[in-house]
Amino acid sequence: MIKVTGLKKSFGDLEVLKGIDQHVKKGEKVVVIGPSGSGKSTFLRCINLLEVPTEGEILIEGECITDPKTNVNRIREKMGMVFQQFNLFPHLSVMDNITLAPIKVKKIPKDEAEKRARGLLEMVGLADKADAYPAQLSGGQQQRIAIARALAMDPDIMLFDEPTSALDPEMVGEVLQVMKNLADDGMTMVVVTHEMGFAREVGSRVLFMDGGYVVEEGTPEEVFSNPKNDRTKEFLSKVL
Amino acid sequence: MNTFANRLSDTFIVDGRWRWFVSGLGYTMLITLFAVMLGCIIGVIMALMRLSKSKILRLISGVYIDVIRGTPTMVQLLIINFVILAPINVPAWIIGSIAFGINSGAYIAEIVRGGILSVNVGQTEAGRSLGMTSRQTMKNIIMPQAMKNILPALCNEFVVLIKETAVVGMVSNIDLVGAARKVQGNTYDYLVPLLSIAAIYYVVIKIISIILSKVEEGMRKADKR
Repeated sequence: MIKVTGLKKSFGDLEVLKGIDQHVKKGEKVVVIGPSGSGKSTFLRCINLLEVPTEGEILIEGECITDPKTNVNRIREKMGMVFQQFNLFPHLSVMDNITLAPIKVKKIPKDEAEKRARGLLEMVGLADKADAYPAQLSGGQQQRIAIARALAMDPDIMLFDEPTSALDPEMVGEVLQVMKNLADDGMTMVVVTHEMGFAREVGSRVLFMDGGYVVEEGTPEEVFSNPKNDRTKEFLSKVL
Repeated sequence: MNTFANRLSDTFIVDGRWRWFVSGLGYTMLITLFAVMLGCIIGVIMALMRLSKSKILRLISGVYIDVIRGTPTMVQLLIINFVILAPINVPAWIIGSIAFGINSGAYIAEIVRGGILSVNVGQTEAGRSLGMTSRQTMKNIIMPQAMKNILPALCNEFVVLIKETAVVGMVSNIDLVGAARKVQGNTYDYLVPLLSIAAIYYVVIKIISIILSKVEEGMRKADKR
């Protein structure tokens, strides 16, 4: 579903990704962990071309997103992204936040888009917030709306960039629960997170990144209970 | 013996000269209004060009903004009046509107650019990640938010322009300054007509400033929702 080959990314002189090869299969939940500055967010942002790779190739469902001839917008429709800072549109109501892209990009009729949006709001447990504005919601609620907004485009893949890092501790659970439900429904997910409990419970594969490489990968069981790489051991001993 | 009352009467009453001031004020406002509208159109286009990926577009708008801001308004008006539009017979108020539209376009471009840049980059990323094109993102997400930052500065630009357009009186006599000059030509009195138009400018600008700040306040309240 996602095939990454020889991915490198530099910002000026700073090489953040030094060569990543990964293959995410349909229905897989890949959890990316690692210390700050290890390149995990950059890796995620390269997948939907928010960062343009310096080198390497990324195939999404067989289409090469790094090829300049590819219509990136059309491929992005198939990938939902959830940001650390939510990035809801503050000037639009919750309903309009969710229906904007389906109406403008997919040309879905307004009433149909709103009907779908209500279903999604119910799914994230915020059916009564359709007319609210983002500023009136808590961080946890905003992030759940952001997830609903991404799902409204009916994506095949969901990318999560530290979705709970900006939340108050008591709100982390509600967001993780929504993500867990999504995982149980079979969504293909790539999640960058510091929530080790979530990684262990939901992840089908865990990648440990450090210094621009994936230094260790395996099932959560393998990585968490029996890490082989010294860097992984050191990191886990600090965060677990 | 010319008493002050006589001079007032000469300025406003005799020959119905007050009508010159009314029409002068009308033209001053007309020129300002059209100049702001033209300036907004030019300003938005120039701002978008300045922020575009194309080097050529960036260069064109960069030079435009630099040249307009780096030369006196008066000189620009004279060039447009006596050089560019001289061959065709254009009403003076249109010349004024075009000159000040082109002039304020450069300033408005910087206002609009600042407004756009003030919107968090995460907003663009969120829009693009949903599959929206950069144009759709700009129109539906960035611009509505940028307007909040642009509008107050734009209102200020409008007030500044009311005053700036006074130099139109140098190339024609249709505006407020022109009215004062016409009266001077008839009465040889400089003091009263000039003080009068100063007072008219002051009062009009005061009133408009108050209205605009009320509008802004209302918008800020609606914004807090």
